[in-house]
Amino acid sequence: MPGESSTPVRLPAGHVETHTGQQQGRATPGRSVEAGLDALDTASVARPRRRPWHVLVHSVLPPVVFLAALVGVWQLVHAAGLKPSYALPSPTDVATTFWETVTDGRAAEAIWTSVSRGGVGFALSLVIGTLLGLAMWASTWLRAAIGPIVSGLQSLPSVAWVPAAIIWFQLTDAAIYTVVLLGAVPSIANGLLTGFKQVPPLFDRVGRVLGLGGLGRIRLVLLPAALPGYLGGLRQGWAFAWRSLMAAELITYSPSLGQGLGQLLNIGRELSQMSLVITSITLILLVGVAIELLVFAPLERGVLRRRGLTVDR
Amino acid sequence: MSTVTASTSSGAGGLRSVGAEAGPSVRVQGVCQSFDRMGPPVLDGVDLTVAPGEFLCLLGASGCGKSTLLNLLAGLAEPTAGTVDVAADRPSLMFQEPALLPWLTAGGNVELALKPRGMRRAQRREESARLLRLVNLEGQSGKRPHELSGGMRQRVALARALAQDSPVLLMDEPFAALDAITRDVLHEELVRVWSTQRLTVVFVTHNVREAVRLAQRVVLMSSRPGRIVREWAVELSQPRAIESPGVGALATEITTELHREISRHAR
Ligand SMILES: Nc1ncnc2c1ncn2[C@@H]1O[C@H](COP(=O)(O)OP(=O)(O)O)[C@@H](O)[C@H]1O
Ligand SMILES: [Mg+2]
Repeated sequence: MPGESSTPVRLPAGHVETHTGQQQGRATPGRSVEAGLDALDTASVARPRRRPWHVLVHSVLPPVVFLAALVGVWQLVHAAGLKPSYALPSPTDVATTFWETVTDGRAAEAIWTSVSRGGVGFALSLVIGTLLGLAMWASTWLRAAIGPIVSGLQSLPSVAWVPAAIIWFQLTDAAIYTVVLLGAVPSIANGLLTGFKQVPPLFDRVGRVLGLGGLGRIRLVLLPAALPGYLGGLRQGWAFAWRSLMAAELITYSPSLGQGLGQLLNIGRELSQMSLVITSITLILLVGVAIELLVFAPLERGVLRRRGLTVDR
Repeated sequence: MSTVTASTSSGAGGLRSVGAEAGPSVRVQGVCQSFDRMGPPVLDGVDLTVAPGEFLCLLGASGCGKSTLLNLLAGLAEPTAGTVDVAADRPSLMFQEPALLPWLTAGGNVELALKPRGMRRAQRREESARLLRLVNLEGQSGKRPHELSGGMRQRVALARALAQDSPVLLMDEPFAALDAITRDVLHEELVRVWSTQRLTVVFVTHNVREAVRLAQRVVLMSSRPGRIVREWAVELSQPRAIESPGVGALATEITTELHREISRHAR
């Protein structure tokens, strides 16, 4: 420090030194500096709109090119005759079966049966998983007691429950829903719990400083803050529900159950009709991709973008 | 040793309503705070009085207990011993980070503070627009926190603090994370808001020049244990520039004292 200051003296309590300055020095920045800073700082925020051809080249073209290449290789392998035709039908055979399945209404029926089952199962899982997550968050005892089991269930393939479900409920919808629930509920409960755990403690302090009561803090601060983690859990929960449903449908074949995509796949296996097997797999894949793209991706992207948590590239 | 009670007045004596001139805005008496029984207390016998409408800067090295003291004033914690009286139902508090809720717009964040005041929706919207205008953020109400610069976010946080309509505003190093130019602008803005709204401000900082730039009175805290060791009245008129000679001279003097205070811990 420069030695120009006077030697400080410890003063008795209550003594206050007084400083009066004549010079004010340079002027303070003023309103226009502030407005300039604001403008400079926020100029680049607006997201450039993506042009249609840009979307075409970067989002639509790559998967189309890849699929075309895949079909080409498939055709080549088929033409080379490495496998007998019943094991590896040609792309045109499969296309024909696919078209038949779509036109005779079996595809629509199977999709409707599976998607409505998946929807009901997922809705049930949503309610149960959310309640379970809330209970686990509210009670540390419950969390300690069943937390490890819930996490463990998440990594247990739920197809393992199919035999048990059939013994309990025979070949009924209840058996299928049991398997779907056991697949989806743990993910949803864990997702909500993770969401809660990731809420910065600062947010709760903000709520307290602002004078929000306990319930108000939960409703207005905690729940919205936990939303991204919860959505992640829902998305994973749906993926597990769909997988479990297909596994259950594949194993529990019975006329009373209606014909879902999994059952369609099983018919293909029983008839040794490879083109129907591939058709069913393609339909299962398409439904999974469609629900991901139409429901979960926009939901998650919307939430993250509103909070500035994604980098749009 | 006499027993001291730890209590936080919630304005039961009507300090706030019965004319601000009646008593001090903040009165801290013999406050001690320790977090573990083994170690030395973080705060040890802190006495502090802040007059209504006063702008006080609380200065001290990092870790000396400034935030701890401010949390006590905000009612977020109870002192181990001593009394804390604040003449406000709930003083407003600004953190070092803007602490805006990222899923709400700027206006939504301000309105959140109006909710506990029992305002209707339309009233809240109007009041939040007024407060954002007060911090020169007119028309930014629909922006989300991540779309605003650091300085603008802190101004939204200031508007939200003002939305509590508390006569006492506590600030915990609110501008520490900002660049110098933005900080200059916010100093000016804070002083303007303080004088127009007739607030009592307790402003925590470890930046000596910032303290002298803003305060009517600068209070220096010691570290381990935290105590008030010295204070200076700053009678430079506002607006002051942070690089003015008057501010510089006093800042130099206070810095020397601060260094002396810190050097005591060297051995
Ligand atoms: N909740 C807490 N538990 C334990 N120790 C704490 C807690 N809060 C603060 N401290 C300790 O008290 C001291 C003062 O902290 P703080 O008030 O944050 O200092 P400052 O704000 O002046 O930098 C530090 O040594 C810190 O480690
Ligand atoms: Mg601090």
